[in-house]
Order: sequence, then structure tokens, then C-alpha cells
Amino acid sequence: MPSFVIDEKCDGCKGGEKTACMYICPNDLMVLDATAMKAYNQEPDQCWECFSCVKICPTQAIEVRGYSDFVPLGSSIMPMRGTEDVMWTCKFRNGTIKRFKFPIRTTPEGAANAYDDLQGKDLDSGLLSTEEAEGKTLAAPQT
Amino acid sequence: MAIPNKPTGELLAARDPEVEEREVDILIVGGGMAACGSAFEVKKWSGDKKVLLCDKAAMERSGAVAQGLSAINTYIGENKPEDYVRMVRNDLMGLTRDDLVFDLGRHVDDSVHLFEEWGLPVWKKTADGKSIDGAKGLEMGTLKEGAAPVRTGKWQIMINGESYKCIVAEAAKKALGEENILERVFIVKLLLDANKDNTIAGAVGFSVRENKVYIIKCKAMMVACGGAVNIYMPRAQGEGKGRAWYPVWNSGSTYTMCAQVGAELTMMENRFTPARFKDGYGPVGAWFLLFKAKALNALGENYAASDFAKKELEKYAPYGLAAVTPTCLRNHLMLAEMKAGRGPIIMDTVTALAALGEKLDKKELKHLESEAWEDFLDMTCGQANLWCAQNCEPEKKNSEIMPTEPYLLGSHSGCCGIWVSGPDEDWVPDSYKWGYNRMTTVNGLFTAGDGVGASGHKFSSGSHAEGRISIKSLCKYVRDNADFAPAIKESTQELVDLTYQPIRLFLDNCKYTTAVDINPNYLKPAGFAMRLMKATNEYGAGWMTYYQTSDKALEILQGLFSDMHEDAEKLGAGDLHELMRCWEMKHRLWTVEAHCRHIYFRKESRYPGFYYKADFPGTDDENWFCFTNSKYDPATGEWTCKKEPYHKIIPDA
Repeated sequence: MPSFVIDEKCDGCKGGEKTACMYICPNDLMVLDATAMKAYNQEPDQCWECFSCVKICPTQAIEVRGYSDFVPLGSSIMPMRGTEDVMWTCKFRNGTIKRFKFPIRTTPEGAANAYDDLQGKDLDSGLLSTEEAEGKTLAAPQT
Repeated sequence: MAIPNKPTGELLAARDPEVEEREVDILIVGGGMAACGSAFEVKKWSGDKKVLLCDKAAMERSGAVAQGLSAINTYIGENKPEDYVRMVRNDLMGLTRDDLVFDLGRHVDDSVHLFEEWGLPVWKKTADGKSIDGAKGLEMGTLKEGAAPVRTGKWQIMINGESYKCIVAEAAKKALGEENILERVFIVKLLLDANKDNTIAGAVGFSVRENKVYIIKCKAMMVACGGAVNIYMPRAQGEGKGRAWYPVWNSGSTYTMCAQVGAELTMMENRFTPARFKDGYGPVGAWFLLFKAKALNALGENYAASDFAKKELEKYAPYGLAAVTPTCLRNHLMLAEMKAGRGPIIMDTVTALAALGEKLDKKELKHLESEAWEDFLDMTCGQANLWCAQNCEPEKKNSEIMPTEPYLLGSHSGCCGIWVSGPDEDWVPDSYKWGYNRMTTVNGLFTAGDGVGASGHKFSSGSHAEGRISIKSLCKYVRDNADFAPAIKESTQELVDLTYQPIRLFLDNCKYTTAVDINPNYLKPAGFAMRLMKATNEYGAGWMTYYQTSDKALEILQGLFSDMHEDAEKLGAGDLHELMRCWEMKHRLWTVEAHCRHIYFRKESRYPGFYYKADFPGTDDENWFCFTNSKYDPATGEWTCKKEPYHKIIPDA
């Protein structure tokens, strides 16, 4: 189910510091044609349909069309990813539309605690840093 | 129209790349769940040591969890790690490293608790048995505080996991520091020390964004870059090749790179051929466990409960008779139906949802529908679109399920991987430990997640925890070997020539023909991929033979592999993306060859439903109740296979 870029909507992220889809694609598929300032999927048969490019695109220029091998034409699913939720619009081939909203995160972006100040004490023990800090002891199997 | 004899990519390759040489103490290769665990943990133990992480993609969306997940499959919670060992061992037909599995079981919850603290929404169960998700669930408290998760099975908990990887990567990147991370750098080869025998000294890789080769010297290395996908012909071979169940970018780099420097592999014959919704490969776990759906054969029978199935499972006692049937045997039963002409196999979603609906009011019913769709939208978006395209509403229309093509991995319901040391503790048998937990048989080379063999059922959370366990142990190794000064055998020029060989070959020859993809002097990686997958599918127990092979077929396959090794030197790349594909194919070839060598060595069919040897059907506990290990000797270029004794540490219940 390869991603495709809508010509009219893509501006090559010219105002941004990086081309968003190219930055995020886990399989290095999305590339920028620097002359046209448009992105495209350079290897559609290696697309995992993970929607990372669709979710990150600042102009909603990227959508996905089902794999030609087995997906009938005419349906679509589109995410709108916010900071707390993702809203999906699922359009059936027969026109039925379903919408779903799911939570994605309970903290503000950037808030994950990296425990920067935590320094482990006993490198020879089997405890992880946070386990050691909480005073846990290492369990041996009860046989 | 111009003659198309020029490279097509946007980032064209240059013959002579820039070279950047770095020297660090600790190198982490990979950016998935295990590597994120290492990145989070490393600085808590490494002191002033220099650390570098290389990921071939962007950590925010790299690895197997890139798309998200709808469940965390390993959370011990109210259970005992000993029972977790028993479950994993039984699912993998009796042969697992109890020490590694137990060790993972006693640490995994700490990672899950961190995920929730970082912002991952975890479903909670109310006192009256209702499921609530997201921020609302948090009002009941955290898992760490004792709030009850929504269990689908004994070990699995439900999450709203669309942003799972983004959240975990955020903590990892903050902990390690952006300045210590190189994204879009693909490590392709590990390097041994020039002076100290069997000791890691560095790695070479290249940027997928600019013409630059990286040569990185290190005192110790953690390699965790996932399993292997697209090593067997997928069922969909057009655009649908990308719709692999496991991430299509997993190219066996972990196994290949470690094997090439002499790390011993274990249980490489094991594979995973998950039964999934046909073509879309959407998950079935929630359907079986949460919605209590049944799989029916063409006659409408719940075949898994038939007398035939019972007799079949008895053949594989005690594993087949356990409360939870091993994954391979569930496949085996499905394949038996299909081979007998009683396929296709149908997931009866209609009956399951109707039965659940009887107890629910309208609002709850709506939530149930939403849960069913979220299961796909959180982790296999394409399956949701396939349902839309087929006008399939699961409460009105059933869907077909079938086993996929084979995958190689060590973190899901599979256990191929690298032979590593267990914890250095009294209860661990001597043959299982050599000083540093999760160190391979190469000094200073560590792994985690899909890399660690003979364990399995770690999933996302366990891989993260194992990345943490492994990196702490690595830090101890670095402390104990403070005097070690790594020296790379190969010259800088040799390493650049090696890495950019596909580019040079292409540039030297591409003008000879009028079309760039067809040339007698080089082979493009896309064509090579089809050749590899055709061969393994036909001879190495792919889906086309219902996962059956034989020693004779494997001998033919070995001959084909030999030719492919020669032709792998003729892979040509016109741009940086294609250079990545060339190296991925080299890695895939080695990994799947190791897989087939192990199947050949083990004269039994240990995992019916995953693969069958026609000449050695059934399991043979008398001769083969052992691990099978293999080693490639980098000095001689020879492979050897051997049996390795199994020790039962945790007794059966």
C-alpha cells in the first residue's frame, strides 16, 4: 500500500529545516526532487504502509493507495495526529465512512524523563539503574 | 526521449566518498527498542566514556515498533518470572535458555513502568471489569502503583500505542544526547582487533544522505538491528512485497555482521511464520484473546477443537498438550486443514462480536467496534484500509487468515539468534556463562532483542529491557578492559574500497548499455532480492511447498547460495539508497544461508507448522533435545555446526 504525494499540496517543506517525509521514512523511500521541490516515494514496493510520512507531512500532501496486488481501489484511511490523540477517517469502497479517535500520549511532547541525574552505583550487580535507585533486590529463580 | 542510462536516485553516489574516522569507547548499532533501551541506560553506568549510536533510519520511527503497537506482549505483573520461563519454553518446543528468559522476566516490568511514566497510554481495568484507555486510564493510577492492566492473555496488556516508538525514542535520545547519535548511518561490517584475538575493535558504515564513509573504532559494541525480512518470497510479489508482517527494512544485519566476525549463532533453524489476516497481515492476537473469536475451516468447523487436532497435538506431547498450544503447532493444525482441502481458514469475527454485543449497551458496543479497528490502526494501518477496500465491517463479514512467509527473529514467537553469555550468577550453568551477561562469543561484542537466540517472547518491552541489561554488562566489560586500545586490521583505503565497491562497479560499467538496470557487469539489488527469495521459497521450506524441505533440496539450495555469494560481489548501486539496498542484500544472503545450514544440520522437524523436513518428520527428543550452534571462522572461511547441551534450570510446574 504505497504512499504517494499530491503534486499540488507538496511544497518540498521549503520553509522547514528538513524535508519531513524524507527525515522520517524508516525505509528511506521518501526523497525530494530538489529541482521540482516535490517529494516522492522512490521504491513503492518496499513501502511498509507505516503511515509515518502521512502523519508527519505538514501540508497533508501524502496519502496511501492500496497495493495493486490485492487491494481494490476506492477506499482510503487518513490520520490526523495531534499531540494527545490521533483521529482516523476510514472511507470504504462503498462510501461508508467511519471515524475513530485514539489517545496517543498522556504527557506533553518532550516530557519523557531521561533520568539524566541518575548515576548507577554497583556496576557488578544485575540491577538496572532505576531498579537500584528504588532499592530493589535481584531475584534468583525459585525452584 | 533521453536514453535512461543514468542513475535514477536523488542522492547520487560519488566514486570517492569523504571519510570520517571516529574513536569511541562504546558503539551502539541500531535504533529500535533494544538499542533505545541501551541508549537510555548506558550513561547511568559509563561514567566519562564516549558513546555513539548509529541508526540507518530516524529513531523516532525506526525498528519493528515504528508504526506503533496495540499491545505490550510481555508484562509480568502479578505473575511469576518462573512461569514466564515455562510458557516461553513450551511455546518454543522445550528448547530455550532458561537463564536468559528468567533474567529478562525479572527486569521487563521496569521498562514497561518507564514507558507509562513517559506518556504511553495503558488500558486499565475497573473494579467492575470494564476497560478504559488513555488518559482516563491514568486516573486509576499507574501500573507501578498497582492499577490493573487489561489483560488479553496471561502476559499481554493492551495499550494505545500509536506513538509507542516516538515516546521510547524520545527518552533514549535525551538520555544519550543528540550529539552522540548518527541517524541515517548504516553500519555494514564489524571489524576485529589487529592484535587481540577474537576481540571487537570497530565497525565501518556509510551515510545514506551524503557521500561519506564512517570508520568507528570502539572498545566494545552493542549490535541490535533486528531480525530478517524478505529472505523468503513473500505471498504478494508486486507492490505488496513491502507488506511484510515484520518490518521490511530488517535485513538480517544483526546475525550476519556478528557471524562474520566469528560470533557463534544458535537455533538459527527456528523461524516464525505467523498466521495473520490474509494479505493485509493484520494482527490476530486481539481477535483470538480479547474478542474470543474462533478460526473455522471451510466446513464451518472450529477445527482446533476437533478430534483430529487433539490426536495431532498428542504426537507432540508434552508441548502439544500444554494449556496454551505452541504457536508452531497452531500453524501445524491450520496447515493440516489447508492441505486436506478444508481451507480457506476463516476468522469468525461476526459471531465473536455478536456474542460480546449481547452483554453491551449501545455506547459500549461502539467502543468495542473502535477497539477492533484500533487494533489494526495502531500497528498495521494497511489492514484497516484493506477492510475498507473490501467493504468489510467485522461485525458483518468474516475475514480469511493464513500463514505468511517465514521471518527470522529472536524477540517474538521465535528464537533464532546469537549464542550469548547468561548472567554471572551461581544458578546459571557453566556452559551458559562466560563473565559478561549478553556478550557473544566474541570479546566485547554484545547484543539484545532479536539478536539474542534461544530465548524469544521478549517482544517490544523485553527487547527494551534486554538492551538495558546488555549495555550495563558492556559497561562492566569496558571498565574491566580499560587498558585495551583497539586497532583495526584493515587500512582506511581498504575499508572505503569495500564499502563503496557497488558504487565503483556501477560507475565503471553503467555507460556500456542504454538502460541502467540491465547490464552484464553488475546486478541491481532489486533483481538479486528476487533471485534469493525464489531460491529459498522453492528449496528452503517457503510457503510454496507448504514449508516443507529435505536434505536433498537444501543441498541444491546451498549450491545456489554459493553462486549468489559470487554475484553479491557484482551488486551495483547508482545512488546512496541503492548502496544501502546492496548491503542489505549481502546481509540477507548470509542470514538465510545460516538458517538453511541449521535446518540441514538438525535431523528432525522441531517446529512443525514453521517448517518440515520431509526426510525427518516429527521431533526426535532422543537425539536432538539440544541447541544447535554454528560458527563461521573468519580466518578460514569455514562454517561448522555442533550440538550444545540444554540445561533445565526452572523445573516444570
